[in-house]
Amino acid sequence: MLELTGFVALYIFMLTAFVGYEIISRVPVILHTPLMSGSNFVHGIVVVGAMVVLGQADTTVEKVIGFLGVVLGAANAVGGYVVTERMLEMFKSSKGDKA
Amino acid sequence: MTEWLSRDTLDFLIQAVYFVAAVLFIVGLKQMASPVTARRGVIWAGVGMLLAVLVTFFWQDMGNFALMLAALAIGSVMAWITAKRVAMTDMPQMVAVYNGMGGGAAAAIAAIELYNPGELGYVILVLAILGGMIGAVAFSGSMVAFAKLQGLVQKTLRFPGLQLLNALIFLATIGTGLALLLMEGYPGELLVAFFALALLAGITLTMPIGGADMPVVISLYNALTGLAVAFKGFVLDNAAMIIAGTVVGAAGMLLTHLMAKAMNRPLSNVLFAGFGDTEMEGGGAEGTMKAIDPSDAAIMMAYSEKVIIVPGYGLAVAQAQHKLWEFCERLGERDVEVKFAIHPVAGRMPGHMNVLLAEAGVPYDMIFDLEEINSEFEEADVALVIGANDVVNPDARNKKDSPIFGMPILNADKARNTLVVKRGRGTGFSGVQNPLFVADNTQMVFGDAQEVANKLLQGLKSLG
Repeated sequence: MLELTGFVALYIFMLTAFVGYEIISRVPVILHTPLMSGSNFVHGIVVVGAMVVLGQADTTVEKVIGFLGVVLGAANAVGGYVVTERMLEMFKSSKGDKA
Repeated sequence: MTEWLSRDTLDFLIQAVYFVAAVLFIVGLKQMASPVTARRGVIWAGVGMLLAVLVTFFWQDMGNFALMLAALAIGSVMAWITAKRVAMTDMPQMVAVYNGMGGGAAAAIAAIELYNPGELGYVILVLAILGGMIGAVAFSGSMVAFAKLQGLVQKTLRFPGLQLLNALIFLATIGTGLALLLMEGYPGELLVAFFALALLAGITLTMPIGGADMPVVISLYNALTGLAVAFKGFVLDNAAMIIAGTVVGAAGMLLTHLMAKAMNRPLSNVLFAGFGDTEMEGGGAEGTMKAIDPSDAAIMMAYSEKVIIVPGYGLAVAQAQHKLWEFCERLGERDVEVKFAIHPVAGRMPGHMNVLLAEAGVPYDMIFDLEEINSEFEEADVALVIGANDVVNPDARNKKDSPIFGMPILNADKARNTLVVKRGRGTGFSGVQNPLFVADNTQMVFGDAQEVANKLLQGLKSLG
């Protein structure tokens, strides 16, 4: 596995934070709601982490919490995706081309 | 299940796929920043998510696959059904729910890591505790936000000393968190207390916040969940989580700031001042409102050259946007120039109104931001304000003691004629009085937005 520790981790964190900031800084207001929903979908990646802890869980307590984590994470990802997609599907220009 | 591939190859594949997923997330979010490519963007991000989930099954030392599949199925199906069903007007609270679940998942990961801290290093332990705390606060806070917007909780909890209580709960959470960090082999009760306190903090922090401010809070929790996910990524050595979480954390913070700025409410104000649903005394503004019949209003607009429509949340609540758009199409046929002016906080969060208009079929290139359109009001024959109130209140521009002073507004009062569709004579969502309603060039169309939109349409049809 990767060793994401110390300053390497800090650099990744810093650079990625700038990327996130830059992505949003020129977004028209009309897309704020879909974008908030879209970014909500993206942090649904937490499901992957929950899968790993559930996959490595041994005791019952760990399994129960891990199970809950995966349920919640999956709901975050799927719900976030469906809602965002539904919203963006509706945006169209007057020339009739779908976004 | 890994006999046909060596562990090293699998690990490489997992990391490679996570890398691709991270790229897809960033490119996808970037594409979501333009209406032309937005749909493609979310699909790309979706592909990234799917790949990342699939490849995670091959992570080293994994078991409990049956449980995992069951959990994935339950979460996905539940979310799929609710997300497909939710009405566009209820979108903000659904975003809150799914966001809260992400926070909950991050907290669950933290709970397991802290339940069995074993060989976690010092820095990693700090991140695990912080991520768990943030995740738990985002979880309970988002659920309260949902309950309030959905109308499940009507009351706004606010009493003297609430801020003090909040501060105490917050400090207690930090205190137990510190204890977790410093104590070797802490008892399980301490861990439970830590999460209970964090959950409680989310509740008491969100309860006093009024409905109008809730979108800002949802956006804040969205950013916090991103941060929690990133911290969990460091704990689990998972690059996809680090990148996705951090991007969302940073983007979400900026988005929160933009929203708060659009409302002219510093974030600290939103969180600690509790203005969102202040009940102000007094009904209508001083002066008299002039009423006009919907059919007369329709004729007025039919013979105009330029009409700017200022829609607000009231329009969407009355489900009148479809009728309104039909009316606008007919105006268009008569060569009236129609534009929609959207205030950044129209609807329940920035951009919400655009979604609702898009649902009714209004093309996005007829919809304009405040900065784009404010100078055009002076050339407009008619500004039609429908379901909006505070966002066109001239007091924000010139009355220093008004609670909304300084908030950027749409200059509907500068149009030659202003028509305001309003249910009754009372004040709006924030309870602030609006002198626009009694201005010389303003005429009021009283009635429910849906009913008025219908009558406007009929009035236009009767002209042939």
